[in-house]
Amino acid sequence: MLAVHPVQEVIRLLPVLIGVLFIGRDGQGQIWSLVGLGIAIAGGLLRWFTTTYQITPTHVRVRRGLLNRRELSVPRDRVRTVDLTARPLQRVLGLSSVVIGTGRSDQDHGVTLDALATAQAARLREELLRRTPTMDERPAGSEITRLVPAWIRFGPFTLSGIATIGVVVGSLANIFNETRIDPEEFGLLDSVIGHFTSAPVALAVLEITVLAAVLVAVLSSIAYVLAYWNFRLVRKDGTLHVTRGLLTTRSTTIELRRLRGAELSEPLLLRAAGGARCLAITTGLRGRAAELGSSVLLPPAPIAEARRVAGEVIGEAAPTTTKLVRHGKRARLRRHTRAFLFAAAVTGILLLLWWFADWSAWPWQAALALFPLGVLLAEDRYRNLGHALLGRRLVFRHGSLVRRRYMLSSDGVIGWVFHRSFFQRRAGLVSLTATTAAGRQHYTSVDIPTAEAVRLAEEASPGMLEPFLVRRP
Amino acid sequence: MTEPVLDLRPPANLVNRRAMLFWATRAALGWLVPLAGELLWLLLADGGLPALIVFFATGVLALTHVTVMPQWRFHVHRWEVTEQVVYTQSGWINQERRIVPVSRIQTVDTERGPVERLFGLANLTVTTASARGPVHIHGLDLETTQRLAADLATRTQATAGDAT
Repeated sequence: MLAVHPVQEVIRLLPVLIGVLFIGRDGQGQIWSLVGLGIAIAGGLLRWFTTTYQITPTHVRVRRGLLNRRELSVPRDRVRTVDLTARPLQRVLGLSSVVIGTGRSDQDHGVTLDALATAQAARLREELLRRTPTMDERPAGSEITRLVPAWIRFGPFTLSGIATIGVVVGSLANIFNETRIDPEEFGLLDSVIGHFTSAPVALAVLEITVLAAVLVAVLSSIAYVLAYWNFRLVRKDGTLHVTRGLLTTRSTTIELRRLRGAELSEPLLLRAAGGARCLAITTGLRGRAAELGSSVLLPPAPIAEARRVAGEVIGEAAPTTTKLVRHGKRARLRRHTRAFLFAAAVTGILLLLWWFADWSAWPWQAALALFPLGVLLAEDRYRNLGHALLGRRLVFRHGSLVRRRYMLSSDGVIGWVFHRSFFQRRAGLVSLTATTAAGRQHYTSVDIPTAEAVRLAEEASPGMLEPFLVRRP
Repeated sequence: MTEPVLDLRPPANLVNRRAMLFWATRAALGWLVPLAGELLWLLLADGGLPALIVFFATGVLALTHVTVMPQWRFHVHRWEVTEQVVYTQSGWINQERRIVPVSRIQTVDTERGPVERLFGLANLTVTTASARGPVHIHGLDLETTQRLAADLATRTQATAGDAT
């Protein structure tokens, strides 16, 4: 039995303290900052005094709260994943956060223990997943893959830099606002603004585009390195073990018996560059964006490598490359109809605004480009649409802007949904959804011809549809 | 001669006829809010001809919805519970068939809203380990719902494992 006070929690407040002491200026602001700090420290201390956890032979218990006491109790056999995260400051102080994934229901966001000593956190993980204790952060086992520095070339194609730019611009604006500095007082910024306002429009647009592209590429590469440096995927007695991160290190453990498949995801740019990433489909990690980070089995890397890793993880290589069954000309027509209707609607609205609301003509003229683009997109979406069943492995693929290939164990399918819209019924198509307790919770293949969908579901779950099958002449 | 085409037959059982009244009532209640708003616009804010047109258009739409939708739904909504699976069909413009094996069921709930109580109806909800997997059977009479729930609950207990 193990019972510990996470003493180190208060240290999380250090940066706030430093910030207030050094950045604070004269006047009202500082007083309020100090009051805020006081409350934060009191809150932190309170949290520290009132949070306890306990690992018993059967349960993980966390008690927290002073007035509103909450006790979380999770049966240990429901623990499916254990995530260790160490942010830079935590690493300096030798601490890690532990997130215990249970995957029970949506309300249950798992159990989080902030700021345990790293060695203790590692021991906790070993104990929870019933492995022999080891202090080593890099466990032995058969290594499936590790980061090759050349993969950083895929960084710019992930576009994660756009989010970074947003954050940077946001915090800069905030700083200017807080410190009441007029951006125009800055010589550099002033001359940059002056340059763009005096240059011809076309040139300025070109310059800004190039600048933004370079900025996004550089920041995306940096984000790639920060997130995936030292990436390593290891298989070790019944678990998959992922470690990664340059400043914030993360280490995720996934039990193989919880694994229901793998996903290959190729955002358009990454696909153009010949790259893909690989994600785990596993129970205990929900499909929510925040948790998708925990299911990364391979960062953006060459597609061949992504296929190899997916094949190794699910134990068979065929589903990663097999040719898929296309959905036929009606599915293709629906892709094209949708793209056309979208382009027509946008152009139509802009045309009306030009006609009645005195908008300039160039928006609807520019919108005309949506028609040829729509044809390309629709054709690509159709070509990427496909499904297959290889033994006990269900394969769905769809998407163009982000192409995804799901390779799902048919034993992990816990229900089928046949969805037919009004127009799908007329075209004799259905969207077939396999529901599962893993990953995104549901995997859909749109616009399969009805008979094919029924055959697929029946073969994937033998006997389940049997009593309801009919043959129409 | 073309080959016979594989298809699923719809589930065997219709829902209770009173469900039509329930759906109509619920739809009518939903339309009350926009209609009341438009009436206020017409009378108090003196909306004139545009308000009158909008009011009548909404009224016609509401009337069509309230009369057509329940009957359409009644012809679509079906359910069947066998030894192995729970099989439902629902919807009207967009339709859906759901199949869940009894062995993967985690919880069986019955629920009744205020309007449903008025018509003596109840819903049966069957959940699985998938957040996207619940199966609802709407518009059953209370007795059938309770019988089904009790039956499924006992059969679910008999299966081992955590049904993922």
